[in-house]
Amino acid sequence: MKRNMNLRHEPPRPRGLAIGSLAAALRRPESLAVSVRDLWLTYPGKRQAEPVHVLQQIDLTVERGEFVCIVGPSGCGKTSLLNIIGGFLAPTRGEVKVEGEHVRGPDPRRIFIFQEGGVFPWLNVRDNVAFGLGRRPRSERDATIRHYVEMVGLSGFERSYPRELSGGMRQRVEIARALAANPEIIYMDEPFGALDYITRFKMRSDLIRIWQEERKTVLFVTHDIEEAVQLADRVLVMTRRPATICADVGIDLPRPRDLHSEPYLQARDRIFDAMGMNPHTGVVS
Amino acid sequence: MIPSDRDKIRRSWRPPAVLVLPFAVAFVTLVAWELAVRSSGSDLFPSPWAVGLGITELARKGLLLKYIVASLFRVTWGFSLAVLVGVPFGLFLGWFRPAYQAFNPLIQVLRPISPIAWIPLAILWFGVSDLAPIFLIFLASVFPITVSATAAVQNLQPVYLRAARNFGLSRAQLFRRVILPAALPQILTGVRIALGVAWLVVVAAEMIAVNSGLGYLIIDARNAGKRYDLVVAGMAVIGLIGLALDLVVRRIERFEEVSWGSGTR
Repeated sequence: MKRNMNLRHEPPRPRGLAIGSLAAALRRPESLAVSVRDLWLTYPGKRQAEPVHVLQQIDLTVERGEFVCIVGPSGCGKTSLLNIIGGFLAPTRGEVKVEGEHVRGPDPRRIFIFQEGGVFPWLNVRDNVAFGLGRRPRSERDATIRHYVEMVGLSGFERSYPRELSGGMRQRVEIARALAANPEIIYMDEPFGALDYITRFKMRSDLIRIWQEERKTVLFVTHDIEEAVQLADRVLVMTRRPATICADVGIDLPRPRDLHSEPYLQARDRIFDAMGMNPHTGVVS
Repeated sequence: MIPSDRDKIRRSWRPPAVLVLPFAVAFVTLVAWELAVRSSGSDLFPSPWAVGLGITELARKGLLLKYIVASLFRVTWGFSLAVLVGVPFGLFLGWFRPAYQAFNPLIQVLRPISPIAWIPLAILWFGVSDLAPIFLIFLASVFPITVSATAAVQNLQPVYLRAARNFGLSRAQLFRRVILPAALPQILTGVRIALGVAWLVVVAAEMIAVNSGLGYLIIDARNAGKRYDLVVAGMAVIGLIGLALDLVVRRIERFEEVSWGSGTR
């Protein structure tokens, strides 16, 4: 296991308030869930080569209760960006604040849903969902577990183990586990990437239904532009490496979104345009 | 229509293939053995029937139980010590890279040395007592257990550690709730291998170092009167107990805390 020098291992240490820029101060920080300013991620070059800039000058904000998607080509650094915001990776430069505090490491108030699937295989569904619950009276725990297992549509599978479940069901467990811990923010890193095309529609629809019930702040990374248009309030478009955010597309459509409608296609086309893709062929022109 | 329990009993019970096939092979082997002995006319190499009589003779004399207990006693002690030392040490090496780099070369040098090769030193250090075979069994068992515990931690998928840290687990909680349960199946595989080796070694150790046990029985039966029927009887008992030990571990592996490690992902 190669040790990446940037990986965070220390527990959060209290530090003095950093002095933010005037613009950030003017942006009503109380409503900001996530604030990223001038973020850079650079890896040293191999064998006397130039250092590799993965992320350069990233600025983004997420308001409380917003559903924001980050889209971009494969390998552009979307996952690295989300890992930095989640506290699993340290940036080379820049400021990352969540709920006004600097990010020092992962935090149970902000749960990360992983691309590789982080459901623990040695625990059944029930125990997985209960993992982040902490000390609570038995009846309260049971009620919470039952509530979220039902919410993700896995009633009846409480005693099943992950190996007995399909990929989609495992992702539902991970979502239930994240929600049960009652976080302020949920980070999702291509959570439906391993699922088939049709299942993905069902998962998105269920995710929206759940999100509308709980209204958490969500930061969702995906390479699938249609997915972003179906889910997000705002879509942030990233460029290839060295990546910056080249567009911030607001989508003000009611949910569930009508895939057949004109406004949907317009929103999709705005993103295609930002990525240099031809709206008729999808090919980068 | 759902068949009732009575219906199920009425239909004649047929034993499952998993039992029929091995018994069939065993039966054929015994018959072939009997015929081979009869046709060769050997008066030393025993037939299955003679071996069976040998086992009952040992049982009647009270020696069978005494020797089985002696061998099992030594295996239990040596093996338990190996688990108590090997599992924590292996987990430690798996978790701390500098520790692994420091100790692994030494382990890789000691591991290939057959426990049989340690017998002269064991007798030198511990004399002709129970301690010598226990030491040898410990030596034989500790390496597979340590190596598998180390591998279990090193192969732990990083995503589980990240998810656990996300939930705010302390180092101690991480160990108890993530590392240990995740490592358990692989550790148990090492345990099963180690038990097999331990049982092998106890027989060899008893042939040289002590005055009781199944290994001693075999050597003594040959030396004290060319009782090859007792030699093979001893071998048969060793084999059957080895099988029983393996089945016990496999039963443990079927518990939920372990069985999640096999099958579809």
